[in-house]
Amino acid sequence: MSLQELLLMRHEWLLIAAVVALLLLELNFSEAKKTNVIPAAAIIFTIVTLIGFLPSENGRAFGGMFITDPIRTLMKNILNLGVLIVFLQSGSWLRTQNNFNRVTEFYLLIISSVIGVSYMISAGHLLMFYLGLELLTIPIAAAASYEQYKSKSAEAGIKLILSSAFSSAILLFGISMLYGTTGTLYFSDIKLAGELLTVLSFVFLFSGLAFKISIVPFHLWTADVYEGSPTSITSYLSVVSKGAAIFVLLIFFASVFGPLQEVWQQVVYGTAIFTMTIGNLFAIRQQNLKRFLAFSSIAQAGFILLGMVGGTPLGMATVIYFILIYVFSNLAAFGVVVAVEQVSGKINITDYNGLYNTNPRLSLTMMLALFSLAGIPPLAGFFGKFFLFTAAAESGFYTLLFIAVLNAVISLYYYLLVVKAMFINKSDAPIGYFQSDYSSRIAMSACVLGILTTGFYSPIFEFIKKLCLESF
Amino acid sequence: MIESVPLNQVLIVTTLMFFIGVYGFLTRKNLITMLISVELMLNAVNLNFVFFDRYLFPGKLEGHFFSLFIIAIAAAEAAVAIAIFINLYRNIRSINVEDVNEMKN
Repeated sequence: MSLQELLLMRHEWLLIAAVVALLLLELNFSEAKKTNVIPAAAIIFTIVTLIGFLPSENGRAFGGMFITDPIRTLMKNILNLGVLIVFLQSGSWLRTQNNFNRVTEFYLLIISSVIGVSYMISAGHLLMFYLGLELLTIPIAAAASYEQYKSKSAEAGIKLILSSAFSSAILLFGISMLYGTTGTLYFSDIKLAGELLTVLSFVFLFSGLAFKISIVPFHLWTADVYEGSPTSITSYLSVVSKGAAIFVLLIFFASVFGPLQEVWQQVVYGTAIFTMTIGNLFAIRQQNLKRFLAFSSIAQAGFILLGMVGGTPLGMATVIYFILIYVFSNLAAFGVVVAVEQVSGKINITDYNGLYNTNPRLSLTMMLALFSLAGIPPLAGFFGKFFLFTAAAESGFYTLLFIAVLNAVISLYYYLLVVKAMFINKSDAPIGYFQSDYSSRIAMSACVLGILTTGFYSPIFEFIKKLCLESF
Repeated sequence: MIESVPLNQVLIVTTLMFFIGVYGFLTRKNLITMLISVELMLNAVNLNFVFFDRYLFPGKLEGHFFSLFIIAIAAAEAAVAIAIFINLYRNIRSINVEDVNEMKN
């Protein structure tokens, strides 16, 4: 193995180096000063993210088990950006009474999980993919039960680890069938001919991944886990872990399951309708903002499936573009939720009544985030959704498109409920004025900047489209 | 010896094992038993891999290695899961699924 080959795994090496650096750094701080790790971790991860953006070599390592190409590097960079924003937003929560002396654990768990994400995306072999998936899930289950004195947090951890163990068992059963029919586990060697067993194996594999993306009917864990976990972990789950699973699904559709397109198109078609509709209908009746965002993220997953259903490279490009926008919009919303929860402990939509009078800037951030999620024209979310719809229309799925547009209208209604609470509803005891800490203000500004610019700055989409046309 | 048992019978056994695991996961009330059901599912997958290797691709070892990795990861998963169970038990003094319902609304 040459140095050249090792350098292909740049993202992974950097993340591993970050883990080691944080462990060594923690040794230098006494018990009471562990919070010094927070800015250090932010700086280290910023460096990791920035180095990730440098131009990279393409190729395969470990005899084809590990693949790096521009599109995979882009996926990793998008998700790294999401993790960086999560880190910046979590500072004030980590400084609280119960957490301040085990800050490093949080970063270690998340970064280990990101290593899993990177390996999963770069996998060229189903074993590698499975290892990455588990490395993504297991640390995050531990992180979900991070707040040891809250039974809610433990409950979220249990629901996450049991459902993910169950789903990965289903996924493995699919992989074993795939192995039985083809005799290989390398993506590039698997040649499916449409035997019945491969269809079955696809169904199992898809169900396993659908758990991670929380596609209906595999979404039942989502709301509880999102509500119970610490809010920073929730934002990680809803953006990075979900985004990674979607990216892997894209890669599967383009490589392993390419020959089965007729089969998976039907599956994606059906699940897209159910995911959008059920996610939206359940989001309407939520009072807790974290549950609300959980169902909204289920509905967004439905919209994302819309881009995949055609199976065209353009559709894949729209999905990646939408995830980029989704990272910014969803993390902006979560940033506000984290900030408000940290100051007041309040999490319900009615608690946000009159927020505009006391905290106008936070309310504006939240409004932009929700409008972007809903897809209101000048913001990036509109362009993301518009491109997804275009991709579906180009492949001729007009019925699906009609249902999606209906759902977009429904989603506008419940996003506006929150905006109405902040701007119009009166409250006797609104959340008082406060200023969130420096790093989360940076994170929120970055998100707002992303929401405002990614839609207008067309070279971003052109770049993604070019990469997709080259590699899918 | 093993060749006298045809592959399809072996696969029936592993599939049954897998779905017994699914049934157990969905019906059991005790969290530990649910975890055991998942292990049963994973073991069915392990058997699948090993049998495919033995019967269909005797020259290859991918299936064997895959099952080794599955065993290792299942252990890691069980370790984390049980740690979380203990954490829950400290909080609510129960590991019954029906008591894990704080967020039902």
